[in-house]
Amino acid sequence: MKSLEKIKNQTILTLLLALVFLGCERDISDDAVLASFASTAEIFTDSPVGMGSDFYFPYRGSKATAWSVDDSEGYESSSSMRFDVPNATDPEGTYAGAIFRVEGAGRDLTNYDALTFWIKASQGVVIGELGFGEDFINNEYITTLSNVSVGTNWQKVIIPIPDASKLIQERGLFRYSAGTQATNGLGYTFWIDELKFEKLGTIAQPRPSILNGNDVSVNTFIGVNIDITDLNQTFNLGNGRDVTIAAAPKYFTFSSSNPSVASVNDLGVVEILSAGTAVVSATLGGEDVKGSLNINSIGSFSLPPTPTRNASDVISIFSDYYTNTTVDFYNGYWQPYQTTESADFSVNGDNFLNYTNFNFVGIQFSNPTIDITSLPNLHFNMYIPNGVPSNFDFLVTVVDFGPDGVNGGTDDTRHQLFVRKTPSIVADSWMTIEFSLNGLTNKSNVGILIFENINFSSLTNFYLDNIYFYK
Amino acid sequence: MKLNKINRLGFVALVLAVLSSCENSETQTVTSLNNLVWSDDFDNSGAPDINRWVYEIGDGTAQGIPGWGNNELQYYTARPENVKVENGVLKITAIKENYMGAGYTSARILTKGLFQQKYGRFEARIKLPWGKGLWPAFWMLGDDENGSVSWPNIGEIDIMENRGDEPTITHGSIHGPGYSAGNAVTKSYDLNARLDTQFHIYGIEWGPNYINYYVDDVLYNQITPDDLPDGTNWVFNDREFYIILNVAVGGSFAGSPNVETVFPQTMEIDYIRVFN
Repeated sequence: MKSLEKIKNQTILTLLLALVFLGCERDISDDAVLASFASTAEIFTDSPVGMGSDFYFPYRGSKATAWSVDDSEGYESSSSMRFDVPNATDPEGTYAGAIFRVEGAGRDLTNYDALTFWIKASQGVVIGELGFGEDFINNEYITTLSNVSVGTNWQKVIIPIPDASKLIQERGLFRYSAGTQATNGLGYTFWIDELKFEKLGTIAQPRPSILNGNDVSVNTFIGVNIDITDLNQTFNLGNGRDVTIAAAPKYFTFSSSNPSVASVNDLGVVEILSAGTAVVSATLGGEDVKGSLNINSIGSFSLPPTPTRNASDVISIFSDYYTNTTVDFYNGYWQPYQTTESADFSVNGDNFLNYTNFNFVGIQFSNPTIDITSLPNLHFNMYIPNGVPSNFDFLVTVVDFGPDGVNGGTDDTRHQLFVRKTPSIVADSWMTIEFSLNGLTNKSNVGILIFENINFSSLTNFYLDNIYFYK
Repeated sequence: MKLNKINRLGFVALVLAVLSSCENSETQTVTSLNNLVWSDDFDNSGAPDINRWVYEIGDGTAQGIPGWGNNELQYYTARPENVKVENGVLKITAIKENYMGAGYTSARILTKGLFQQKYGRFEARIKLPWGKGLWPAFWMLGDDENGSVSWPNIGEIDIMENRGDEPTITHGSIHGPGYSAGNAVTKSYDLNARLDTQFHIYGIEWGPNYINYYVDDVLYNQITPDDLPDGTNWVFNDREFYIILNVAVGGSFAGSPNVETVFPQTMEIDYIRVFN
């Protein structure tokens, strides 16, 4: 139904354009006006403005009745929109969040530079996300101001439009998501009034960025897809303050310096096509974007040996060949001592774990723990790109959580497996590493695998695949 | 927002009433002096014209006022990185760099000894730098009679000063004995438009016992001896003044730059003109 509407609108637009162009022989006549859409600025003043009757669409898991019109509160008026954020334990929804999607064709917002509104809350709170551009259809121009600090007096919020020239027919006029993470799970209320688009004229000094403004280098392979992330636009407001908003990929124009090595689409997804180097960069509204992805494509990715054991003889933790057991996480991100980050990737649908900036990392599978009594061996494939450090020394620890089934307590047992530097530890090819776990005292509640550098080993980057226990 | 606008309108109306120099309430007479006597249109690329401008170099220590009397952080140079004429505009650029013990460099040029006069209309078309800690200025100091008279007795007329974190506000001030530094006679004017993305004309028209301040086509203030603190004297009727252009970094007026301040930052001056 919704996509039909869209098709219909596009058809009408195309027809209108066609008529306009047919109607003039050389240039568009001065009388002709290109088809355009309503440019109504207001979304809510004392009541919803031009939104139609069916415009409020809650997010899944949110409390659908969180929004109402309050006729006893308002900014210099007697009405405002009221949002009752539920307690985290509310069975009808654990947070409040929704989009406001105008019915019909959408609005032309190209002459505005910001979404603005007045807001106050029942207590000082930080509201997770406020923005626009989400329509539950293509969600092309989602724009988000995160972690908005709101007090108990009315204050004006300005959410700049990253590039208004893109918004010729926008239906997603407002979106919000508010939880109780910062209020110990206790609900609160906030009010929004005078919600509208404005041309302030004082929003300036755009500083768009991708990848947090960093020039990121990656070694990679043919077939790998990489998402360009952390897409932001920063402006300086008329009050002198900087504001940074998250901007959807569609606001950006991505380009590759070497499209035969790496292509990039308009969603900021890079695909590696051949060996060589390429730099993916972007512009936004004609401005150069800070940050880039420097790609070094090594060429074809060698795949690890295909597992040969029968599935019935295996409990798999990570593999595309076997069905994996339930895994809590592949990187526990244990603060503050862990530096290890994840840059997991896939090659033609085959998934690989990639640990970068490695010091140690844990893979936990405790819901439920697994019983390896009849499968007392560990297998994994490991690939170290760009050379094995001379001080390589690698430890694998397998931990059984004991009868209590939890990490810690008094009944945990562990077994340490050492991968020392030997001639068989080589770079740029898949190694198969197998250990017996007969030394592990208890084997019926195994819950975690820990990989770590020991003895000052400076291994920083490696890939893993086919991690499983076997008979 | 609405209140601000009303205030501003009310203020303009007040100025009109005070000046009573307008033909009717619809049109404001902003300036009356139109005989051009000195100008620089910055048409010749390179260093500023040596027949019009001299430099002040350093951090103020040599002048006996380290930090230029305001705890400013920059070291002024005559290097083209900091001051040059290019594409028809004078560019004064503040750079974040370690130089001669300072953390920033910039430039300050003046007409001292080359062009000075009492009274007249002084205006410049300027696009400002921006960001916390930037302090651009177009201003004048009175002749010090070879050092025999000191500030603030020589008088200071600030035609335009701006804090880089207030990108829509210009300040016009006078300093004299008994009304200097934090006690200067000042009017701040919010254009509700950016000063760092567009050129604006900042000017004064100065005559016996008055200085009128304008931006573009809006007269936003008049200062007369009646505006001075009781018991202080008007020092703007008895000596010539010279013109100064500079971009300071940090200091008591603008505060220090912060992590969000983008460097380098440039003030662009399209022209500067003096009329009698």
